[in-house]
Amino acid sequence: MLKFTEEHEWLKLEGDVATVGVTEHATTQLGDLVFVQLPNVGAKLAKGDGAAVVESVKAASDVFAPLDGEIVEVNEVIVKDPSIVNSDPQNAGWFFKLKISDVKAFDGLMDEADYKKLVG
Amino acid sequence: MSVDTPDISPAPLRPTPLHSLHVDLGARMVPFAGYDMPVQYQFGVLKEHLHTRAAAGLFDISHMGQIVLRPRSGMIADAARALERLVPVDILSLPEGRQRYAFFTDASGGIIDDIMVANRGDHLLLVVNAARKADDEAQLRAEMSDVCEIERIDHALIALQGPKAERALARLAPNCAAMRFMDVREMPIMGASCVVARSGYTGEDGFEISIPADIAREIAEGLLENPDVLPIGLGARDSLRLEAGLPLYGSDIDTMTTPVEAGLAWAIQKQRRAGGVRAGGFPGSAIIIEQIEKGTKRRRVGLRPEGRAPVRAGASLFATDEGGAPIGAVTSGGFGPSIDAPIAMGYLPSELAMPGTSVFAEVRGKRLPVSVATLPFVELRYKRS
Repeated sequence: MLKFTEEHEWLKLEGDVATVGVTEHATTQLGDLVFVQLPNVGAKLAKGDGAAVVESVKAASDVFAPLDGEIVEVNEVIVKDPSIVNSDPQNAGWFFKLKISDVKAFDGLMDEADYKKLVG
Repeated sequence: MSVDTPDISPAPLRPTPLHSLHVDLGARMVPFAGYDMPVQYQFGVLKEHLHTRAAAGLFDISHMGQIVLRPRSGMIADAARALERLVPVDILSLPEGRQRYAFFTDASGGIIDDIMVANRGDHLLLVVNAARKADDEAQLRAEMSDVCEIERIDHALIALQGPKAERALARLAPNCAAMRFMDVREMPIMGASCVVARSGYTGEDGFEISIPADIAREIAEGLLENPDVLPIGLGARDSLRLEAGLPLYGSDIDTMTTPVEAGLAWAIQKQRRAGGVRAGGFPGSAIIIEQIEKGTKRRRVGLRPEGRAPVRAGASLFATDEGGAPIGAVTSGGFGPSIDAPIAMGYLPSELAMPGTSVFAEVRGKRLPVSVATLPFVELRYKRS
């Protein structure tokens, strides 16, 4: 099941692990990425903590933890080639996998229709 | 994640004569120095940057100020001598049809603005920074009205930059091909009288063209008909000038930096230095001339982060990877698309300003190694002969 945040992240849940990335809308706003910094595997994050950093030619932006949880895997491929985030943000350009502390919290996130309304 | 949204500016933003063109081209518009300006078009900063270095880019720089100084005597030398009271640059020797980089200085040797000065035969034409133009005009009126009539002209100003700029402009203005770097000529473009300078802010060959406002869009569209020419926003303008090692007023230079600290002493000709025929006589001259002779405590330097993480303006610089007070700061920084690496500029103590020196920049609480690099980061491709 796919969910979204107001911070322009998408989450795909399998069991209690959510794969997290940024939305196509976000990549359009950010422009071509030239640098990605990912969290360490094992990092325990609270919702709203800075989890990753993305930088375009012009600016740096934070990617926040969408829910409380622990980082269990990161996508090193986008560190080597940040352009994958731009070309395939919702598949190959995923950022990290988050083992969610409270899976019920996932249900409270936006569904795709609501997110599309948010970004117009 | 956080996505930048444009600042909401309290004052209404001014449009340039090309505003409707930017909107029609789908530009993302942002407030800049009181104007509603394109930061990027559909292809984005990275591709716009690379296109300018590979072919040609068209920039709207109409927000910059264009000021005419017309000598009341009719003698251009009178205007030149009067302007030399405000800038440490040899204006008197500037031949007709040539322009020169200069800066207004203050009593403590700081830089009030950096400008271009052209000798147009019967007048001097100044191009000044957008955010400084009102103050510059006020200062010129206060200090030079005895000698010159001072007039701000509301022409559009566009820059056409890149290795294919000459070919692109020559289709509309064949005479431009005979110009060399820093030449300035008046020539008709699509029936309008324009002033063309062979100069720019990218490190590439190219032109800056002053155009009557009412025909600016038509000429810009005429240039954009050429598939080699793409519109380029302020985002790529900034990364291009950073790679070219060119300082940005308000970031890399300001009233707290002197031209010598900023590495701009090359623009102060011998005529205005100690022992020169017109030595001194500009604001802050004692300080600036002494700094040319004896050096400065700090210097503007290029910086190359060793990793891939960009180091941006405001980052503190340290001598060691932990402890100690900052020894300097980054004043401009980002990613250089043409060299595919992060690059920056900043100020360091002069004893640490040698290329190759290792220092550390603090980014998100971590000290990242950066080395002092020679400026520019890319080869300048001006047409000097």
